[in-house]
Amino acid sequence: MRKIFSIPVRILRFYGEGFRSMTIGKTLWTIILIKLFIMFAILKVFFFPNFLGKLDSDTDRQDYVSGELVDRAAK
Amino acid sequence: MVETIDTHLIDWSRAQFALTAIYHWLFVPLTLGLGIVQAVMETAYYKTGNEFWKKTAQFWMKIFGINFAIGVATGLILEFEFGANWSNYSWFVGDIFGAPLAIEGILAFFMEATFIAVMFFGWGKVSKGFHLASTWLTVAGATISAYWILVANAWMQHPVGMQFNPDTVRNEMVSFWEVALSPVAVNKFFHAVLSGWIVGAAFVVGVACWFLLKKRETKFALSSIKIGAIFGLIACVLSMWTGDGSAHQVAQKQPMKLAAMEGLYEGRNGAGLIGVGVLNPDKERYNDGKAPFIFKVEAPGMLSLLAERSASAYVPGIANLIEGGYTQKDGTVALSAQEKMERGKLAIRALASYRAAESDSARQQAYATLDKNFKYFGYGYITNPSDLIPPVGLTFYAFHVMVLIGGFLLLLFAAVAFLSYKNRLAPKRWLQRVCIAAIFLAIVAGQAGWIVAEVGRQPWAIQDMLPTSAAISKLPTSSVQLTFFIFLALFTVLLVAELKIMISAIKKGPQIEQAQ
Repeated sequence: MRKIFSIPVRILRFYGEGFRSMTIGKTLWTIILIKLFIMFAILKVFFFPNFLGKLDSDTDRQDYVSGELVDRAAK
Repeated sequence: MVETIDTHLIDWSRAQFALTAIYHWLFVPLTLGLGIVQAVMETAYYKTGNEFWKKTAQFWMKIFGINFAIGVATGLILEFEFGANWSNYSWFVGDIFGAPLAIEGILAFFMEATFIAVMFFGWGKVSKGFHLASTWLTVAGATISAYWILVANAWMQHPVGMQFNPDTVRNEMVSFWEVALSPVAVNKFFHAVLSGWIVGAAFVVGVACWFLLKKRETKFALSSIKIGAIFGLIACVLSMWTGDGSAHQVAQKQPMKLAAMEGLYEGRNGAGLIGVGVLNPDKERYNDGKAPFIFKVEAPGMLSLLAERSASAYVPGIANLIEGGYTQKDGTVALSAQEKMERGKLAIRALASYRAAESDSARQQAYATLDKNFKYFGYGYITNPSDLIPPVGLTFYAFHVMVLIGGFLLLLFAAVAFLSYKNRLAPKRWLQRVCIAAIFLAIVAGQAGWIVAEVGRQPWAIQDMLPTSAAISKLPTSSVQLTFFIFLALFTVLLVAELKIMISAIKKGPQIEQAQ
């Protein structure tokens, strides 16, 4: 039982020591976190909402897309 | 009507997607190629126990880590764009696009993310064998990731394994294996991954040559060059083979792209492959009677051999593909673009009738018409047959730049491998400078390959099924322009950060000489 609990602890310790011993990695992690924040908290939310997400149901989306596909056909 | 979609909106949305993909593809090939090189070096350490190989592997691993960290998740922006800018397309492709991307996310990304931690944090904490396995599994994870992304891309080039459902207005997967093992996907995977290996090899050789020029870390530099040059040479030879396979697939599935790649306006038997050529800028239409080339050098019969595996076979040109009427391999007569456009309109009208039908018999009748003409569905959005011709100049030059650089790199890697094994590379400083420039050339070749693949298939978002004009969301052009410039700024900052951190790490070097 003790051994089972020690595995996650060892994994956490492994990651913890790894992060603490990083040199250039700290800069890289800062860049990664800033990048992910910009992507998910700003770009995704404010600039890239799911276009069809504004419709209430899949039936509405089917109707909308089929309407678009039919209306845009060459005359 | 297609006229209601502003062509500027299509252009800006395509430009934004191209910008994102180009930046993403700056990071990916280096990850794929450098990953193999560092794993080979660590394998040398595992086998010999020599600390020199450990330090060498750790240096390249640091560079790999910088590139990985800056590049990670840049591909996710492409998925944002699918949902926002290409919503009709996203809905229309249904689960076919979702399945490979989900597999990529769950399996490959987590595999990569798990073992990369052991690779960076595990030195001295896990056994040498487990560490080496983690390094190879990180590389395998990145490569498997690439496979599923390329399966999704290959489906757009050659849609297979699906059935269109007019009730849901989606393509539904009927054969996962037909999608996953499509010959276009398999060829594309090997060719794209090998191009990444070439970039990785050119990078290792170029950076190591910089150390030679600076007269620093000579043993490290020469050892890295030997491995990098041999790896690059193998990748170049294999990419010639996969390139041949890719071109053959293009000839079978996207003949218009092949015709644009070669500037072939009039088809013929025993068509030649252009080695070097300059297109005639005065040629404005496919049927204006003007010569397509100012100057060209071609290998007779080679395009026929590439396309049909016979030096005397017929290869249709742009005019033939537009006008039809030639006999195809299966003995049928090719339809003209105009006929395909009529059938496409029939298919779209049948979709409208199906969805409006109030009785089962009317629905069945509409479905039969839709099913019979669905192969030409996308042609129903084309207003002018000339719109089916991709930009010939860009496709032609991108293809030939890729091939010429590929040939040059093959010779360069062969020469560098030979000289380094004969211990004659160190005094050749001009060649070391060429090797540094070759890093840039390898990146250009990879980007040119993607330009051929994506520009060459215009106007299609999905080959023959959906043009970009029908795939796009009805958004204000200004909002796409705004996000284009936001991405340009964001990616430029990331690229500058990568270059700054990477150059600083390279200048610091592996510090093997100081340790001795």
